[in-house]
Amino acid sequence: MNLAEKILAAHAGKKQVKPGELISAKVDAVLANDITAPVAIKEFEKIGVEKVFDKERVILVPDHFTPNKDIKSAEQSKAVREFARKHELTNYFEVGRMGIEHVLLPEQGLALPGDVIIGADSHTCTYGALGAFATGVGSTDLAAAMALGETWFKVPESMKFVYKGQMNKWMGGKDLILYTIGDIGVDGALYRAMEFTGDAIENLSLDGRLTMSNMAIEAGGKCGLIAPDQKTIAYVEKRAKRPFKAYMSDADAKYIEVREYDVSKMEPQVAFPHLPENTRGVSEAGHVQIDQVVIGSCTNGRMEDLRIAAEILQGKKVHPYVRVIVFPGTQEIYRQAMREGLMDIFVEAQAAVSTPTCGPCLGGHMGILAAGERAVATTNRNFVGRMGHPESEVYLAGPAVAAASAIAGRIVAPEEVL
Amino acid sequence: MKLQGNVWRFGKDVDTDLIIPARYLNTSDPEELAKHCMEDADPQFVNKMQEGDIIVADKNFGCGSSREHAPIAIKAAGVSCVIAKSFARIFYRNAINIGFPIFECPAAAAAIAEGDKVEVDAASGVIKNLTKGEEYQAAPFPEFMQVLIAKGGLVNYVKEKVKKNA
Repeated sequence: MNLAEKILAAHAGKKQVKPGELISAKVDAVLANDITAPVAIKEFEKIGVEKVFDKERVILVPDHFTPNKDIKSAEQSKAVREFARKHELTNYFEVGRMGIEHVLLPEQGLALPGDVIIGADSHTCTYGALGAFATGVGSTDLAAAMALGETWFKVPESMKFVYKGQMNKWMGGKDLILYTIGDIGVDGALYRAMEFTGDAIENLSLDGRLTMSNMAIEAGGKCGLIAPDQKTIAYVEKRAKRPFKAYMSDADAKYIEVREYDVSKMEPQVAFPHLPENTRGVSEAGHVQIDQVVIGSCTNGRMEDLRIAAEILQGKKVHPYVRVIVFPGTQEIYRQAMREGLMDIFVEAQAAVSTPTCGPCLGGHMGILAAGERAVATTNRNFVGRMGHPESEVYLAGPAVAAASAIAGRIVAPEEVL
Repeated sequence: MKLQGNVWRFGKDVDTDLIIPARYLNTSDPEELAKHCMEDADPQFVNKMQEGDIIVADKNFGCGSSREHAPIAIKAAGVSCVIAKSFARIFYRNAINIGFPIFECPAAAAAIAEGDKVEVDAASGVIKNLTKGEEYQAAPFPEFMQVLIAKGGLVNYVKEKVKKNA
């Protein structure tokens, strides 16, 4: 069996599962945010159970419209808070203690290798980087799992992606996943599990791997798995508060498709509006003037991302026509960035630094675009109207291209400003 | 159950931000969400459409976010069903879970034009194009899905399961 099948079989109490098979699987954790939890809570209350299946495994993170942007958002967060208190949930994360959910859960040891996790947020697939079968669901599915501690899955076909070679210095997980989405399209892995392998993945940091798995959904994938290795174990060991199990694909595991990439031939990628599949190498971006740069989010709001952005912005100023907003993923990352002097570099460069929030990524608040404006963002979606006005544009890139573009005032490769 | 209405055509990869932009997600009230259904794809959609009308789209309908607000908005706007060449995974699950009918049918998605009058037999998946006099067969739902649909959605199914276990 492959990695996805092994984890699902273990959680379904079966020796073996096959693609297409419908199974009921135990979940190790369920997750919702301030937009999806209110709907899930309403549905949960219709089911007619007194308690959630496990008060330590129902995780609520109000991160989308927080700190609350308006009265309606405040009401939504209030409903989530009251539910968390009523059910004495131990993993409810309030403003000041929270982070962007998919940065926070791995950091807090709440997502672990071998887990099955469902979240009412499409980027729940992020935890695949730790070797967990993690996938996004809607609020009603989440409500059912909050009551039962299990959910149903169709065992997916798996696609294997092999990345070989040495990357360009300014490339990271974001460039690999954008390149892959550009190759297979936004439904290229529809209903399928993606498994990322190869020496380039082994050489990638955990931060970079989390970025890759985060965007599996952008290819339609059900999850984006990376087999745990020494780096993974070192990362989770100090964080885990419960046992976990690392699974690996068997040597004779079956895949519906295998794709190989030579990463040494790639350059940093940019996804043009209005789909993540519209990728090209940064050298082919042409002259695209920009108004805003967003560095952060569940895709690229981790320490490595901030360090790369700071390395490029150090001693420089943001282009006079550009606004830069930096969003550290969690409070812990915020503090670490302060300790390392990164915040000084950002503010000195005339970038704004925000508290953790999903805010601008989904056009919620904290950096909305006007008609005709263009942003380079290290986020995950560039759909029509994603970051504001339907006539605005979002270009997706990694932190290096984003920071360099902030200085140049147009989309450029990092080498152009260094 | 027979669903009948006039068709509104949309293209491929219709994402959840087009179906219901995140700027309106500070509420989960179906009536509020319905007012902004498909707004960034066609700002006049909710004013032009009639109760019972049908959305027909190309591949990967509902890609992007897990927001259940997307099928909720379409359902509350009065659309009777969505027919597409294919659906994104989470949207597909969400629609079934809230009891909103969707049909995967490449032949229908290729042949039906905007304004065509279409009738769908929800049980058999037979889609009749009354304007063109054509008929298409939608992919059948997996057995478990049929159970969910028959029970009117996931919550009812879980309710029964919880009662049985009690």
